[in-house]
Amino acid sequence: MSVLERLTERLTAVLPPDAVVTDPVRLRTYECDGLTVHRAVPGVVVLPETTEQVAAVVRLCREHGVPFVARGSGTGLSGGALPRTDGVLVVTSRMRRIVEIDVPDRRAVVEPGVTNLAITEAVRDQGYYYAPDPSSQQVCSIGGNVAENSGGAHCLKYGFTVNHVLAAEIVTPDGDVVELSAGDPGYDLLGAFVGSEGTLGIATKITVRLSRAPEAVTTLLAAFTGIEAGGHAVSAIIAAGVVPAAIEMMDALAIEAAEAAVHCGYPAGAGAVLVVELDGPRAEVEHQFAAVERICRDSGAFEIRTAASGEERAAIWKGRKSAFAAVGRISPAYIVQDGVVPRTALPRVLAGIDRLQEEYGIRVANVFHAGDGNLHPLVLFDDAVPGERERAETVSGRILDLCVEHGGSITGEHGVGVDKSRYMPRMFTEDDLGTMQLLRCAFDPEGLANPGKVFPTPRLCGEAPGVRTGVHPLVEAGLAEQF
Amino acid sequence: MDPELIKDCVHCGFCLPTCPTYVLWGEEMDSPRGRIHLMGQHTEGTPLTGAMAGHFDACLGCMACVTACPSGVRYDRLIEQTRAVVEREHVRRPDERAVRALVFALFPYRRRLRAMRLPMRLGRRLQPFLERVNPSLGAMAELAPADVPRPVRLPPLVRARGPRRARVGLLTGCVQGEFFPQVNAATARVLALEGCDVVIPPRQGCCGALSLHSGREAEARRFARRTVAVFGRADVDAVVVNAAGCGSSMKTYAEVLADDPAWAARAGALRIRDLAEFLAELGPAAERRPLPVSVAYHDACHLAHAQGVRAQPRDLLRAVPGLELREVAEAAICCGSAGTYNLFQPRAARELGDRKAERVLATGAEVLVSANPGCSMQIAAAVRRAGGGEIRVAHTAEVLDASLRGLDPGVLGRSPGAGKARTKR
Ligand SMILES: Cc1cc2nc3c(=O)[nH]c(=O)nc-3n(C[C@H](O)[C@H](O)[C@H](O)COP(=O)(O)OP(=O)(O)OC[C@H]3O[C@@H](n4cnc5c(N)ncnc54)[C@H](O)[C@@H]3O)c2cc1C
Ligand code: SF4
Ligand code: SF4
Repeated sequence: MSVLERLTERLTAVLPPDAVVTDPVRLRTYECDGLTVHRAVPGVVVLPETTEQVAAVVRLCREHGVPFVARGSGTGLSGGALPRTDGVLVVTSRMRRIVEIDVPDRRAVVEPGVTNLAITEAVRDQGYYYAPDPSSQQVCSIGGNVAENSGGAHCLKYGFTVNHVLAAEIVTPDGDVVELSAGDPGYDLLGAFVGSEGTLGIATKITVRLSRAPEAVTTLLAAFTGIEAGGHAVSAIIAAGVVPAAIEMMDALAIEAAEAAVHCGYPAGAGAVLVVELDGPRAEVEHQFAAVERICRDSGAFEIRTAASGEERAAIWKGRKSAFAAVGRISPAYIVQDGVVPRTALPRVLAGIDRLQEEYGIRVANVFHAGDGNLHPLVLFDDAVPGERERAETVSGRILDLCVEHGGSITGEHGVGVDKSRYMPRMFTEDDLGTMQLLRCAFDPEGLANPGKVFPTPRLCGEAPGVRTGVHPLVEAGLAEQF
Repeated sequence: MDPELIKDCVHCGFCLPTCPTYVLWGEEMDSPRGRIHLMGQHTEGTPLTGAMAGHFDACLGCMACVTACPSGVRYDRLIEQTRAVVEREHVRRPDERAVRALVFALFPYRRRLRAMRLPMRLGRRLQPFLERVNPSLGAMAELAPADVPRPVRLPPLVRARGPRRARVGLLTGCVQGEFFPQVNAATARVLALEGCDVVIPPRQGCCGALSLHSGREAEARRFARRTVAVFGRADVDAVVVNAAGCGSSMKTYAEVLADDPAWAARAGALRIRDLAEFLAELGPAAERRPLPVSVAYHDACHLAHAQGVRAQPRDLLRAVPGLELREVAEAAICCGSAGTYNLFQPRAARELGDRKAERVLATGAEVLVSANPGCSMQIAAAVRRAGGGEIRVAHTAEVLDASLRGLDPGVLGRSPGAGKARTKR
């Protein structure tokens, strides 16, 4: 009997019936997340319903020295939830109760499988919402959001997930249940956990901040003939001291995709559109709106639309929110890239992307959170064309080089996962990575929590950073891997 | 299972939260994304296993995922193709086979359904017993309407009142025709009052929806050809359908008959319209009289998701003076009826029905309005289980009929004599 089989037997004993998946055909449906280029069939999948069950699973994994990977809705775009063939995939999709809503204190306590949008829906009637709004908000889980420190269009003004999580109950890789809170004295362990991509433990309960819905919201759509003019408008808006709730830009190809998918009716002939949303007290919004409209016109906008009603606003956003998935309409396959550049470098980086398109004969659709320089180039390819996938991957990688060269980052909000771990050395030195590794080892000395993610060369704890001698005993025992 | 259609899925998961089975069980293989993955596995050579077939069978075919998918994945085509593969390759358990044989021998045939009416009423009393023998039989008995109005014989032609604005055909449907004959009568009257000549071919049979949704392709094509022929001969501007499940299938006739270009062309020439869709296109002419009543409108999946008809019925209802329209929470999630689903997958159907009943009751509306006979039976049964007694259900057509004829709202959802036969629990 293999280690995994022995473990599976024990798992079945601590979990409800139907909560342990071992059928090979069923297991395979969990082989990838939203980034389908990385696939691995999990050794076993468990669907726990309570914190105690998660803790029991993790303790059993530790006892057997078997790695485990957390998964929420599987929409991650960096392969963070890529399973281990020799491990357990812990799926939180049955932990989706809203435990408590406390409007006077502006907080809600939810289980990790609750979707981002479900929180907003639960409090909308009372004039509140949950601020971070990834485009995948109707499906991605709050646990996944915490793990990825996800953001969205409105994070320009309101901040990322880390600014909206007040506390988390987590199961540590040891199997202990601990509560981390933003209010804790001493080290900000909650801050360390947010964005840890499942490498520091599994969140089982999350307390989030509820935000008051703004008094007024105005959304404006400005169409430009080219992306440079749009980029100029973005810089000018920020320079004028306006902090919009969101500034989003899409280029011609992205517009084409969105149009094909949801018929959003963006102005014909637009080479770029800018979606600017202003919110806050009514007088302030009106004042800022006038400024933004003027700047857009000065920058060469040939058409400006304003959403007066909720429906019109939704119509403007629909094109933007569906852009990623909509690219499926114009290309058989694509890679969603995620990089950050300083706002001022935007025009140069976009010109660089243009050159890459020509050089490799690969189309790139650009969608981005322009306000904070977070680019989402969508690199299109067709698997049926030999070599195209490889070229697309090269382009995708070189876009990240561009970002780093211009003082930016290899990820804005989709995380490092398995996909970008190899780019980490382009941003960080050996020492930097070694220091991060020390933090990880403090939580997960055995290296069982989502191993192989984030770090380019997963080191076993207890090893001195940077120095590796001989084969680690765990590797020899077949319990760990080194790459 | 067309690999090209499977490839359209980019694995984004946007369809997960609207999938009723994912809502119930929270597992990948019972989500649209997971099912498409399973289809992919099969096309890549994995044999159809019992587990796979189970997850396909558990799909309601509600098409909520089609509405939600930004990549335009044709899940409707995919699941149809898949069901046909399951029928061909999967050997079902003997009890499953028996129930399926019974349903397919019965439902598409009106005369046989008529013969069933008495046994079904008896069956409802025997329900607890049948439930123990086989949950599907239990579900069938529980769904039976308490009291079925006398069948109405509709004339082959109902003339337009006032100036003629269109000539339409009316599909009378199997279940609709037998268990809800008053709906067809109301539909014909509404159309006539709105200035349509209504042709009701007496020899029309089943439209084939049931067979199509269950992977019985050959049978579906046979029914489709006959329906196309019958309405082709009727020489009408549009074929109006008041049962959502039938309408959504009929709209795909050209695809169903694609193998035979001549038939596909004949099918393509027919203009198929849901009643609400047709009336919205036609525009109102007849006077709406006040109908002071509160109604909860239920989106039938085969209308809302499969045909994209959501606004039209609501607009029609709102245009009735005095009528108060209430929305049901989670409107996009299926009630569990889904054609034959409540017969073949009774447990899941029951859970979904209970969820829906709870939300319908929460509206506090006097009458539940839906455009599909299956939904009405399913929700009514769930309300009974929830101890809500006999909920008044009506079709959009009946509401409009009552308004156009100036009837009292009390008639809605109460057939003559219903008082006697109604079971109290
Ligand atoms: C079309 C599309 C659009 C997107 N748009 C955005 C966007 O605008 N902004 C953005 O930031 N992201 C976006 N994403 C990426 C993705 O939705 C987010 O990263 C999201 O937070 C992932 O949530 P999930 O529940 O799907 O997590 P998964 O993909 O299941 O997991 C992601 C990571 O979180 C870990 N994890 C999951 N649950 C837990 C838990 N309970 N405890 C600890 N670790 C856990 C996993 O191990 C994995 O490393 C988009 C994705 C798609 C497909
Ligand atoms: S048709 Fe309905 S039940 Fe089937 S996968 Fe789609 S959403 Fe789920
Ligand atoms: S929404 Fe469409 S593309 Fe996305 S997973 Fe579902 S079927 Fe696939």
